[in-house]
Amino acid sequence: MQVKINNKNRSFNGTPFKRLIDVLREDFGLTGTKEGCSEGECGACTVLLDGKPVNSCLISICQVEGAAIETVESLGLPEKLHPLQESFLREGGAQCGICTPGMLMTAAAYLKAGGDPSPDAIREELAGNLCRCTGYQHIINSVAKALSENKK
Amino acid sequence: MPTVGHDRLRKEGPQKLTGTALYVDDIPVKGIWHGVTVRSSVAHAKIKGIRFLKGFPWRQAVVVTAKDIPGENCVHLIEDDQPLLADGITRHALEPVALIAHPDRATAYNALNFVEINYEPLPSVLDFEKSKKILKTFSIKKGDAKKAMKKAWKKVDTTFRVPHQEQAYIENNGMMAWFEPDGTLVLQGSLQCPYYIVKAMKPIFKLPEEKIRVIQAVTGGGFGGKEEYPNIISGHAALLAKKAKRPIKMIYDRHEDMSATTKRHPAVIKHKAGIDKKGRLVALDIDIVMDAGAYVTLSPVVLSRGILHASGPYECPNVNIHASIVQTNTPPNGAYRGFGAPQTLFAAELQWEKLADASKIDAVKLRERNLVKIGSELSTGQILKESVGLKKCVDTVLKRSRFTALRRDHDKWNKKKTSPTWRGVGFASVHHGSGFTGNGEVFLKSKASVTLTKSGRFVIETASSEIGQGSMSTLCQIVSDALGVPYEWVELEANDTSRVPDSGPTVASRTCMIVGGLLYRAAKQLKAAIEEKAKKIPTTPAVLKEVAKKLAGKKSVFRITTEYEKPADIEFDDTTYKGDAYGSYGYAAIAVDLEVDRTTYEIKLNKIWTAQDIGKAINPLIVEGQIIGGTTQALGWAVFEKPIYKNGVMQNAEFTNYIIPTALDTPPMDVVIIEEPYSRGPFGAKGVGEMPMDIPAPAVCAAIKQATGLFFPEIPVTPEMIAAGIARKG
Ligand code: FES
Ligand code: FES
Repeated sequence: MQVKINNKNRSFNGTPFKRLIDVLREDFGLTGTKEGCSEGECGACTVLLDGKPVNSCLISICQVEGAAIETVESLGLPEKLHPLQESFLREGGAQCGICTPGMLMTAAAYLKAGGDPSPDAIREELAGNLCRCTGYQHIINSVAKALSENKK
Repeated sequence: MPTVGHDRLRKEGPQKLTGTALYVDDIPVKGIWHGVTVRSSVAHAKIKGIRFLKGFPWRQAVVVTAKDIPGENCVHLIEDDQPLLADGITRHALEPVALIAHPDRATAYNALNFVEINYEPLPSVLDFEKSKKILKTFSIKKGDAKKAMKKAWKKVDTTFRVPHQEQAYIENNGMMAWFEPDGTLVLQGSLQCPYYIVKAMKPIFKLPEEKIRVIQAVTGGGFGGKEEYPNIISGHAALLAKKAKRPIKMIYDRHEDMSATTKRHPAVIKHKAGIDKKGRLVALDIDIVMDAGAYVTLSPVVLSRGILHASGPYECPNVNIHASIVQTNTPPNGAYRGFGAPQTLFAAELQWEKLADASKIDAVKLRERNLVKIGSELSTGQILKESVGLKKCVDTVLKRSRFTALRRDHDKWNKKKTSPTWRGVGFASVHHGSGFTGNGEVFLKSKASVTLTKSGRFVIETASSEIGQGSMSTLCQIVSDALGVPYEWVELEANDTSRVPDSGPTVASRTCMIVGGLLYRAAKQLKAAIEEKAKKIPTTPAVLKEVAKKLAGKKSVFRITTEYEKPADIEFDDTTYKGDAYGSYGYAAIAVDLEVDRTTYEIKLNKIWTAQDIGKAINPLIVEGQIIGGTTQALGWAVFEKPIYKNGVMQNAEFTNYIIPTALDTPPMDVVIIEEPYSRGPFGAKGVGEMPMDIPAPAVCAAIKQATGLFFPEIPVTPEMIAAGIARKG
């Protein structure tokens, strides 16, 4: 089975009903994607499927055959952060960091789509990603900042 | 350039933001097996037998029961009453009975379907209000509350109830264990208190402390939930590792984590208060009962903090408080941010609404007549000598929220028949003691070190755990400023008990104030030592390296270690509960603005204003993040979160039915940090982590009262409760 993961073609020969999150973490060593609930409620496992945020705990690998998957590893590196990661760092968008990869992927799609920078719109967009640490406000600020810098 | 008071970037931020930070489940370990837990399904019973049924390839697996424990079958904490694995009797549902490990995680879980436990039921107590088994009591007495209550101008008597609360960190509990060839037990996982685990493993495995090594993995939130429970998972993983002779990983799923691990203690608080004609609080008579669950865990300490905060941040000459914690056949409750104080402060604060009704004096005005200030005496007789920013907090919130005007506007809006909602704004103010209660810090004797390595790096050595609260950056800022070197020059040693001293647990809002204070002293001593060799602190790495070599001599590092010293003028008597319960207190005020839909009774939180006196914000962005995050957890407790139990088993142990606030549920927050420095805190800092949890719930209930006219002395307040209340009113 062929899948494009972070712009690289990969093949997978395991069981077709293996969950996408497990394939990413176990077969391809992409442990940036996190598991918080295994039932589509917390969003920690969010990745992009052909550019759209999805919960990788709810999808089996056979459902994404031939598609393009992007994970947090596709954004930036510790020494060279993506602008979105940079604004999360500066605005306090990550505390314990476990929700962060999922949050970033949802935000990355929003950023790419040139989303509405108003706090209410961002709250709406991020409503599927739970965070227990931040109370969201610094995450909202982080996304708003990345959006405004994107416009410049 | 000084860093304290500035938003320095999180040291561990770039790793967390790129998915390169390794949480326990991310660490690759060759040949590791997965452990799962067989749990009891009944609340109280004799275990007649455990059967491992046919149909599962048991030969591929390893099974552990209580008889495999090499030492004591006990999870050492305050009392040694909790077994690591139930032996012959289960005292709560979901109690661990046996352990299974298998090379494949899914297969390990599947094994649970092939285990059968036979029980002989015993009588169980599930409702703590009916429990007669008292585990611990405390009392505080000051003046003559009975007499004063009789003479009071107005008095009120209310029973308040608060439920369990799940910490709901997004990373579930998880731990790895293995034995080194020399017999050393190594544990690595998601945890707050590495040395708690060392102490708990000693009697179980009959190992000396040097043979137990605990390493913290990057931890995805704790909030108290990873304070004592990791002791149990560590013991389990280690038992399996011993028997399987290979590394074991135990990662809970959400359902197991929510239903089986510790929660906030539910409480019922019977609260009587009396005021005189001037609106001054003259008598408090309070009775607190909390639910420990089946074992003692940290309950006495939770109860202690609860009783010590029960009279609120107010002066009152006559106080009588009794607190007890009782046993039930439910999963044990334990540490959760706030640690007993949110429970008792809920009653202390919301009671002002009742006093306002009785006296026809506004609830905020009443509070203003009673706020503690420098020189005030608390219920334990403690005199507040410094650092009391309560009035500033109250004034700031009232002003920024336009509280009085807003309340008036809402009254007008609520009178209009055409308004689609009812609106309300509620207020609360609290205090929160920083650090361990009473003599706790004296017993702990925490240590922390700052070293200068031969290669010219400053390294902090502490067992304080970064769990998202920003302690890494905060401690590095304290040390870099104390030394007078750039923030980038200071780093933290890995939180590994083979490399760092016991700095005490990461709890009780103590990391910044207590451990930060130890490090501040160590850094100052180190600075003096450097200056002795070099006249002044070097400004280039090259010069620093030269000095480092001179100081270290034959050793690889030059190390200064400091240990907690009790300030001479702080005295607390554990038996009479008299004296200085805490060295210092934080203070906070809040206003919560909300509206209730007139058709659906849904509550919409609109805005929060809060001001919190924390002495000094070492890193204002991190402090603000703590305040907003803690406030959000408390808002969840006030309007959504309620574990529902049936036969002692949590029924809603998932995020689909245990609802925590999303970005949409959380209102924008206006946060002001007040800085009334504490002379013994590093740069004046007091604690910050827990206070935000104490304050929102009573303010929410006060706001709902203005909106709907309904007074709910319990949480969470749900649309169903409002509907029923409205129906009752007719
Ligand atoms: S782990 Fe997929 S949504 Fe929670
Ligand atoms: S930062 Fe901890 S859950 Fe979001």
